[in-house]
Amino acid sequence: MSINTLAKEHFDPASIVTNDPVVRVEAISKHYGSVEALRSIDLEFERGKLTTLLGPSGCGKTTLLKIIAGLVPATSGQIIVNGRAVTGPGPERAFVFQDFALMPWATVLRNVGFGLELKGMAAAERNRIARRYIEEVGLQGFEDKYPHELSGGMRQRVGIARAFAVNADVLLLDEPFSAVDEQNRRKFQEDLLRLVEMERKTFIFVTHSIEEAVYVSDRIVLLSPRPGRVSNIIDPRIDRTANPDDIRRDPGYLDVVEEIWQGLRHYAE
Amino acid sequence: MTLFGFRIPMMASLILWALVWEIVGRLDIIFLIPPMSAIIAAGFDLVQTNSWQNATLVTVRSFVIGMALAIGVGVPLGVMMGRVKIIDNIFGLWVNIFVSAPLSALVPVLMILFGMGEATIVVTVFLFAVWIIVLDARAGVMQVPTSLVDMARSYGASQTTIMLKIILVSALPEILAGIRIGVIRGVKGVVIGQILVAVIGYGELFELYSRSFDMERFWALTMVLFAAAMVLSAIVENAEKRIEYYAGAR
Repeated sequence: MSINTLAKEHFDPASIVTNDPVVRVEAISKHYGSVEALRSIDLEFERGKLTTLLGPSGCGKTTLLKIIAGLVPATSGQIIVNGRAVTGPGPERAFVFQDFALMPWATVLRNVGFGLELKGMAAAERNRIARRYIEEVGLQGFEDKYPHELSGGMRQRVGIARAFAVNADVLLLDEPFSAVDEQNRRKFQEDLLRLVEMERKTFIFVTHSIEEAVYVSDRIVLLSPRPGRVSNIIDPRIDRTANPDDIRRDPGYLDVVEEIWQGLRHYAE
Repeated sequence: MTLFGFRIPMMASLILWALVWEIVGRLDIIFLIPPMSAIIAAGFDLVQTNSWQNATLVTVRSFVIGMALAIGVGVPLGVMMGRVKIIDNIFGLWVNIFVSAPLSALVPVLMILFGMGEATIVVTVFLFAVWIIVLDARAGVMQVPTSLVDMARSYGASQTTIMLKIILVSALPEILAGIRIGVIRGVKGVVIGQILVAVIGYGELFELYSRSFDMERFWALTMVLFAAAMVLSAIVENAEKRIEYYAGAR
């Protein structure tokens, strides 16, 4: 069997513990007034892996990601990154936004180098690094264009290049492809896998697309809605050396998709 | 615009109306409307007089000081209102009352407070211009996408950096639009203030010309003012156009 996709489920807490967690989420709860968005979430994110937070809308997956990023304060619990508790944003984490969050008045080059600019890096140095990542995400030749001159897919490549450029350990991606059309989305997913392979960083990825989650993830954390809790953890174990089109047709891949769908369908109306 | 296949230049309607005016003026129907040619001649005459030059100096000075105050107070106040809820609650109601209030009615009160001089004119210009500048700066700051601020925060920007590199730049199109409308209102303020005070600047000249039925000079002065207001507005509009490329693309 050339493509080996054995979904392995394990939901005893002991197995959530990994050997080298880069991010630990400890008893995180979040209330918005009287609304309970997240209830006592415990998770560990293994270094060098891509973990997806998957769930229906309203399950708090984006809130959890923003708490990890330090952009939203948790009501209780703590986030530990590289062994240290964090309360705000830090250079070891970089965020990729759903709506790209590009500065419309700045060129692609300046947008990609903006994280480095904020660190006080000299222009020549940060432009050199920015150019390298612009090339890595396939945007060479667009350095001097403005965001409104790019398609949605290209804009998100700028957002991803900006996150890579600061050389953070952890990349947090909040539904990065949801504003991108379907054709580009697939290409994007393949490119993301290539970048994961190349950059050897930890990725925490939020999506509501089951296929996308199964296709790109080393591990999928299923969240249940209102209040958000961890309902299941699935390791898709897909052989990524195979051709992307073969993976998408593989029965094992389709079984995992179906299994997650069955687990989530009672949340859909 | 083309008419019967001929291209009509942009200023054509202006010339047409000037001609109608000239004809009506020559017919001598009403003394209020002297011929356009006489007005223009009076205009050239006017700008050479000492009284006009002095009045212009006083007017420009009051306008510039009043506008500088309006921008200096209006932009920071609007930005603060857009960012801080409490400040918005404290000032929001007042700004909205004053932006649409008939401020001319306040000028007599200002005369009592600030005397019959330049100070009253400066305050009038300020009051005419400042509210719309506040409101537009506030609107500009409120439309800054949350994700853009989050982005800067996530890459470690300080509050000052976020303000300077994200919020102010992002709100710049609205801030400039507010300043442009503020400038136009400020011109109204300087003229209305001077007319009501009636002893300084153009107000004194208007009072003099209308009381002595010197309609040529009266109209010449009016046209000079109209032209000045349009030129000022065009200058700010030009500045706005330079940043339009991203304002339209947001």
